[in-house]
This record gives sequence, structure tokens and C-alpha cells, in this order.
Amino acid sequence: MAIAEILSYGFIQRALIAGTLIAVLCSVLGVFLVLRRLSLIGDGLAHVTFGSVAVSLIMGINPVYVTVAAIPLVMLSSLGILKLTEKARIYGDAAIGIVSSLGIACGILLASVAGGFNVDLFSYLFGNILAVGDSDMIIAAVLFVVVMLAIAFFYRDLFAITFDEDLAKCSGIRTAAINTVLVLMTSLTVVLAMKVVGIMLISALLILPAVTALQIARSFKTTIIASCCFATISVTIGIFGSFVLNLPTGGFIVIVNFIFFILAYTWKYARKAKG
Amino acid sequence: MPLELLNIEGLWVRYNAAEVLRQISFRVAAGDYVGIVGPNGSGKSTLIKAALGLVGGERGNIALFGTPLASFTEWRRIGYLPQRLRFFNPNFPATVEEIVGLGLLAGKQLPRKLTREDRQAVEKTLEFMGITDLRKRIIGELSGGQQQRVLLARSIVGGPELLILDEPTTALDPETRDKFYTLLRDLNRDNGTTVILVTHDTSSIGTYASRFIYVDKEIIFNGTFDDFCHSTEMTNLFGEYAQHLICHRH
Repeated sequence: MAIAEILSYGFIQRALIAGTLIAVLCSVLGVFLVLRRLSLIGDGLAHVTFGSVAVSLIMGINPVYVTVAAIPLVMLSSLGILKLTEKARIYGDAAIGIVSSLGIACGILLASVAGGFNVDLFSYLFGNILAVGDSDMIIAAVLFVVVMLAIAFFYRDLFAITFDEDLAKCSGIRTAAINTVLVLMTSLTVVLAMKVVGIMLISALLILPAVTALQIARSFKTTIIASCCFATISVTIGIFGSFVLNLPTGGFIVIVNFIFFILAYTWKYARKAKG
Repeated sequence: MPLELLNIEGLWVRYNAAEVLRQISFRVAAGDYVGIVGPNGSGKSTLIKAALGLVGGERGNIALFGTPLASFTEWRRIGYLPQRLRFFNPNFPATVEEIVGLGLLAGKQLPRKLTREDRQAVEKTLEFMGITDLRKRIIGELSGGQQQRVLLARSIVGGPELLILDEPTTALDPETRDKFYTLLRDLNRDNGTTVILVTHDTSSIGTYASRFIYVDKEIIFNGTFDDFCHSTEMTNLFGEYAQHLICHRH
């Protein structure tokens, strides 16, 4: 099948647009999260998204707006993770684990109490970017603009706290506020990414492009640019590849990302070996 | 009366049940070069962190440039070089230039964009520190000594009036360490930068510091190095022979 023919399908066009926007968001935030050793926050929040989707469905919210309806709960949970880490002095990974398992537990209980939903809750686990509708695309575009503007505005503060939080504090940066901004942006992105790769694989979209970029980058700025490139190329290949081979898109995207990681890692060590 | 850059009064710091610092009071005036020394675990680093608000004190008052710490906002007037970065990641992908540029964020309004003048300041500082050739290198690729120079460059690039350094010479070989001390002396003497240097290198600091504070959970001694060498408290603390060795070098 020719590329032009594939591109002529509306659902492919929507998938490419929404996928690219979400890939850029995930890859930029992923760099900060990976370097701050908060990689698994994406996974944790994705599990909370599962619970939030169940809440939205049990409340009878139109499935089209389930994504948007899940946002407040996921944002609150992300703040919960922060507070557990800061105030209760629980390690970040443990705090993520607590909130994450709570999210999944609520989702399962609600699904059981409701006796099943009209919309299959479990379809959110694996996502389906080829089913992205016009409203999803608009939501993705609006959230993309919001998150990217926030990243641009706080870029230097984010860079500073990622390098060292104490030094950032001594530069007058309100580190608690910037941490809050980071987790809130992550929660928005995770909710959006649910459509692309599904809850089970969201953390891959946050972690893999960033880790791949870290293998080859020569500055902080180029790390972010490289991460964006790897993510968008993976999503594009994933959409085309899964369509042609009739395979699940989410899984395909993650596998392409992983191949990029292996290539970058090999390249790095080959270069090192050459001296 | 010279401007008071740091004023600590009756500071107590406790970590859970352990008392780390008790009844600490001292002042640092503009132009001072203060060496804070003490054995390992004496609370030197905690003292500096408390002075900067990185560690909360249980009791006591801290003022920076005459302003209580809680309401202090003029961070561009302070340069800080920690003993080690809390979460330093050797694979952190930032270049030397990018790291040094971080030292200019204090006092800027969001989004804290760097101007052409800022880039020139970074350039000048790299040159001053003798690390211009490292500007495009990733910080994790550098040796301990080079990294320390980069972090010092980061702390002085904004032209701070008060420079606080916590064990900055730990990763340095003796030759580089001496150069480092000379550099700090030049900053203090020629630029008028007030320096607070935390170290356990008691003998070297005597050559450079105008004042000497010996801390072991509380202030044991606060005076000049000469006073230190003639202090009976110090003789009791170190023993006559050790005190002679420390003071003899100067």
C-alpha cells in the first residue's frame, strides 16, 4: 500500500497529528522526569487514569469526554504523590506505588460494582490511536499548547531544579512550585497519552525517547530536541507499520522506540570504543 | 560600620532526636574571608545549609544582608558551591556553558531568559577560571577538579557579594587546591567578594582566611588565625604538637 494512499485516510491523518503532539509532550517532559529519577511517575499516574476513567464512566460521562473528565483526579493524584514525598517523607518510588495501586484498585472495584460499562474500560489499557476522533484531536491540540507554553515559560527553572535542587533554591527558584508545575504537566500529558499507547505503555513513551536521547546528546538542549525526534519518528513509524501489518499501534510504537534505544546505545559504545 | 552580610544568632539545628548544632552565633561583614573548620560530623555543612535555608533551624535567627532569611529574595548577591551535588548524575547531559549560565538565573524574572550580556559574562567567567576550552564538554565527562571549577564558575558568574563554599577542595589534587585557594583570595582581595569557606583543611585555610571559626556542634573558637595559634582552648583541643604543626606552616 502506497504511503499517499495510507495518508488519504482521515483516521490516519488524525492519528498522526494527535500522535505527534503527544509524542512531543511526552519526550520533552520525559527528559526532566528521567533525570530527576521520577520516570515511574508516568506509570503511576497512568494507573490512576484507569481509576479516573472508571469514575467518569460510572458517573455516566459521555465516552468522548472521558479523557477530559479524568484530568482533575489525575492532577490531584500527582499532587498527592508530591505531598507524600515532601511531607510524609516517603521515598518517591514508594509514593508513586501507593497512589498507583490505589488508582488501579479503585478502577477494578468500580468496574465490578458497575457490573461492566458500555464502553469497555479495559480498552483504555492498551489505547487505540487509530480511533482518535476530531474532539480528541482538539483536546490534544489545546493541552499541547498549554503544556508547551508552560514548559517554555519555566524551562530554565526546570533545567535548574533538574540539575540540582539545592543550587536552584539558592538561585531564588521556588522549587516546590516548579515541582508542582512539572507533575501537573505530566498528569495532563499522561491522560492524553492514554489514547496513543494505552495505560500499560504510557511510561514507555515518557522514558524511552528521553533515555535514547541521553545516549547521544551533547547538551541539555540537544537532549530535548533529540528526544522529540525519536518520539515523533517512533509514533509515525508505529502508526504506519501497525496499519500495514495489522498490529496493535501502541505496542508497535513502543517496540520502535526500543529499537531506537538499542541503536543509540550501541552507537554510543561503538564511539567510545573507537576512542 | 561595614555591611553585615550574614548574621546568625542562637541557631539550634536538630535532625530527629540528634542535636547537630547548638547556640551558634556569629556575624560576617563585607570583605571578610571566613574559614569555618571542624572535624567530620561537626555540623559545618549543616551550618551553611541552615544559613541558606536549605535546612530548617529549630531555634534562632538568620539574616542575610540585613534581611531575615524567610523574606530574603536577593539571591543574586550570593554564590553557593556545595560540597557535592545532592543528586549529581554523571550522565547529566548539560555542557559546561549551560551549567555556568544557571548561575545567572537568580534575580531574573520568569522566564529568566539569558541576554547577550549574560552570555558575555559566562564567557568572561570561563576565561577567568581557565576553562574556556571545556565550554562545550558535558559536565559528567570532566575530572573532579574540572567539575569543581565549573561549579565555582557557576557560583561567581553573577558577581556575588557573598561567596559560600562548602568543602570545595575535596576532589582536588594539592596543586589544583592551592590554585583554587589563591583564586578565592584574589576574588576576596581584588573584587571585594566576601568569602565563607567551609573546610577541614585547617592548615591551608590559615594562609588565606582573615577569620577562623572552629565548630564542633557549637562554636569553639571565633577569631583570627594568629589568635587561634595562641589560644589555649585550641592547645587543649589539638594538643601542643598538632597546634604547632598547623600554625608553623604560616
